[in-house]
Amino acid sequence: MTSAEKYVAAAYLVVFAVVLAYVLIMALKLARLQRETAELVALARRRRDEVASQSHREAAEVG
Amino acid sequence: MLVSAAVALIFFWVPEDADQGFSQKIFYFHVPIALTAYACFGWGAWKGLVHLWKRTPEADLESYVAIHLGVIFGVLTLITGSIWAKASWGVWWTWSSRQLVLFLVLFLFYSAYFMLRFSVEPGPPRANISAVYALFGVVLIPVSFLAIRLADDFIHPTVFRPSGPNMAGSMFFVFCLSWAALLVLAATLYGIELTSKRLDASVRELREALE
Repeated sequence: MTSAEKYVAAAYLVVFAVVLAYVLIMALKLARLQRETAELVALARRRRDEVASQSHREAAEVG
Repeated sequence: MLVSAAVALIFFWVPEDADQGFSQKIFYFHVPIALTAYACFGWGAWKGLVHLWKRTPEADLESYVAIHLGVIFGVLTLITGSIWAKASWGVWWTWSSRQLVLFLVLFLFYSAYFMLRFSVEPGPPRANISAVYALFGVVLIPVSFLAIRLADDFIHPTVFRPSGPNMAGSMFFVFCLSWAALLVLAATLYGIELTSKRLDASVRELREALE
């Protein structure tokens, strides 16, 4: 491998490494967002169940 | 797809430059990356102007993401340019080339954008200051681009002249394809980052509403 070929390979590898790093960071961020969304869905379901059981109790007390 | 096609054509189809030989192949990525960085900074400034005009927080976020990408492409321009300089001129950097110094100034100017942005609390004042700063920086783009045409820069080559590109038709075609590929790549990354930032803000808002 000549020195010119080494420099060209280094330049192209740097570009691909930086783009790859950017894509990996974005993938990690999207995974975190997916996890947080799942947590929020669980929280919203708990709230819905709490409200439903509370209204059920109130209906039983009135009855 | 476009990037793969461009790389394949660069290494297997386009002829080697008679003067610089194999190291000239860096040109097909180095110059399009620099032009894409200019495009990102220009887009960021345009969105800054839209923000100042219409006062929409959306435009502020779009301006920030465009400048963020511009800085990433700016880093790549400096690294690939430095490698090409070492291969062609025997040095990693030279302060005597106005083109290099002006690009470095432009890069440092937009790098300082983040220091300014994150030193102010989130809200309309931060968005306004960031937009004004992004607009000031855009003045440096034509200065940087025209530097080698306005001044006697004997070190950095001038490939595009008023008479047309100073290269063979096949080389120009591959150059245009590489530039198109990098613009599409930048637009895709811009869309992904913008979507993730919007999603992040929505999730935060939803969490505050639920807790």
